[in-house]
Amino acid sequence: MAKPPRTWGLLAQYESAADIYKACEKVRDAGYSKWDAHTPFPVHGLDKAMGDKPSPLPWMVLGGGLTGGTFAMSFMIWVNAFDYPLNIGGKPLASVPAFIPVTFELTVLFSVFACFFGLWFLCRLPQLFHPAFANKAFARVTDDKFFIIIEAADSKFDKSNTRTLLEQTGATLIEEVED
Amino acid sequence: MAHEIKIPEDVDLPASSLWSKLWIIGAGVGALGLVGTFATYSSNQKHIYHSYLFAFMTMLSIALGCLAFVIIQHVVRAGWSAVIRRIAENAMMTLPVFVLLFIPVYVGVHDLYHWSHAESLDDILKAKAPYLNMEFWRIRAVVYFVIWGVLAVFFYRKSTAQDDNQKDPSLTRSMWKASGVAVLLFGLSQTFASFDWLMSEQPHWYSTMFGVYYFAGSMLGAYAFMTLVAKGLQKGGLLKTAITTEHYHDLGKFLFGHTVFWAYIGFSQFFLIWYANIPEETEFFIHRLHHGWETVSYALPLVHFFIPFFFLLSRHVKRHPTGILVGAFYVMAMHILDVWWLVMPNAGGHMGEKIWIDACALLGVGGAFLAVFGFVMNRHKLIAIGDPRLEESLAHENY
Repeated sequence: MAKPPRTWGLLAQYESAADIYKACEKVRDAGYSKWDAHTPFPVHGLDKAMGDKPSPLPWMVLGGGLTGGTFAMSFMIWVNAFDYPLNIGGKPLASVPAFIPVTFELTVLFSVFACFFGLWFLCRLPQLFHPAFANKAFARVTDDKFFIIIEAADSKFDKSNTRTLLEQTGATLIEEVED
Repeated sequence: MAHEIKIPEDVDLPASSLWSKLWIIGAGVGALGLVGTFATYSSNQKHIYHSYLFAFMTMLSIALGCLAFVIIQHVVRAGWSAVIRRIAENAMMTLPVFVLLFIPVYVGVHDLYHWSHAESLDDILKAKAPYLNMEFWRIRAVVYFVIWGVLAVFFYRKSTAQDDNQKDPSLTRSMWKASGVAVLLFGLSQTFASFDWLMSEQPHWYSTMFGVYYFAGSMLGAYAFMTLVAKGLQKGGLLKTAITTEHYHDLGKFLFGHTVFWAYIGFSQFFLIWYANIPEETEFFIHRLHHGWETVSYALPLVHFFIPFFFLLSRHVKRHPTGILVGAFYVMAMHILDVWWLVMPNAGGHMGEKIWIDACALLGVGGAFLAVFGFVMNRHKLIAIGDPRLEESLAHENY
């Protein structure tokens, strides 16, 4: 027997970028934390309207870059000067200038890895299923509609109060998302 | 989003503002500086010409960098920069006056460039004589100044014509059209000018990257200069709403980006020479690893790359009112140090010897530069008020 569906969250539909922008400001000011906005295209300034904190991604990239650079430089010095000393062109064994190009490349490579996979991690990817996918109206998020979903897991979530709030924000459609 | 865009009104330089007197202050400092530079001419002739060349190339780099900035804005049809473009336009209008500032370099040619002594050349310099001879050198100098003068006046006239002729798009379109050719002319003239006036100080030495190296420094100088002037104007109660954190953020990105670009070019130039280790190529660095110059040579990667790199890396520093000011000041100082390191070892002395002459020369040429800059600034609006993309620039935001 299938379990009876539980409410995962409340979904509200908006008609334009301007509408969802104003709606996001209201939801933000109401103090919700577990919610998200879904739009067919990037809406400039939406992160501010949602009150998003600065992303920790830059720190991950910095960490990746420093790791890559340190690793490359120390590895080459170890190999060329200690593990297998080989005189090349009469230069000193640990010739820092010769190691700079590889150090640069690995700094970039590790930064890019940190950025790419860091973004996966922060976006909780790969994610093959999301409860909102089961909602018929939500399909139009890839076309011409804008959505806010407030999760039931939010501590402020209350079926009737949250619905009232979303109604006040000018939503054209409010539906429950079921899990 | 969708805020009301207010066209700024504080775009005229009031006579009470200290900025409107910049041309007098600059002229005074410049005159004193030049007197100080040439005061001991009889005993320090060679050093004085080198000091002057250092100051000349430093200020020229800023003017050229500003010209390049303006051209690039039109090539890429940039909208964000409409409110700060006028600062660069005023600075590039100093270029015609560099003809006058060039006179001491012209007069001191035999002290600066030993290839100019046609009667006593070795075989290598004889082979280079078809390019490095006085007649061709003079002709090239004329060509550079004509190109820069024409480009500067053209872009300045069109842009200021828009001030009164509100939002005439045909003016912008004609600037767009000219900008492609302008990039080509600028790139070639700037590169060969740096070959002629800086690289040929060591005529046996050559580096095809030298022009790009000087260009990278020019852009650093130009962005630092624009940031400092913008900050200064706002401190003087002008352009309060026109220039925002967003514009400083972008100037900061350019400062940061060109810091990396400078290091990339500088290292590439050094790396190939160091690895190949051929005597006629290593001369440049050997010279700068003796007589105290090794201090500057070893310090440059640290103070001109690592420190500004990590300082300007953060978004918060670039958007911080004091952060970007400190960054611009610092980058400007490092750019001056870089040109000093390019020119002064050729004077033959120990590092820092007679540095007061170098300082006087920088005040002299710098003062003259600021005098012309201040004079030009007095004549028109402080921002390109008639640019069709002014609103876009005023509402500019980084995401």
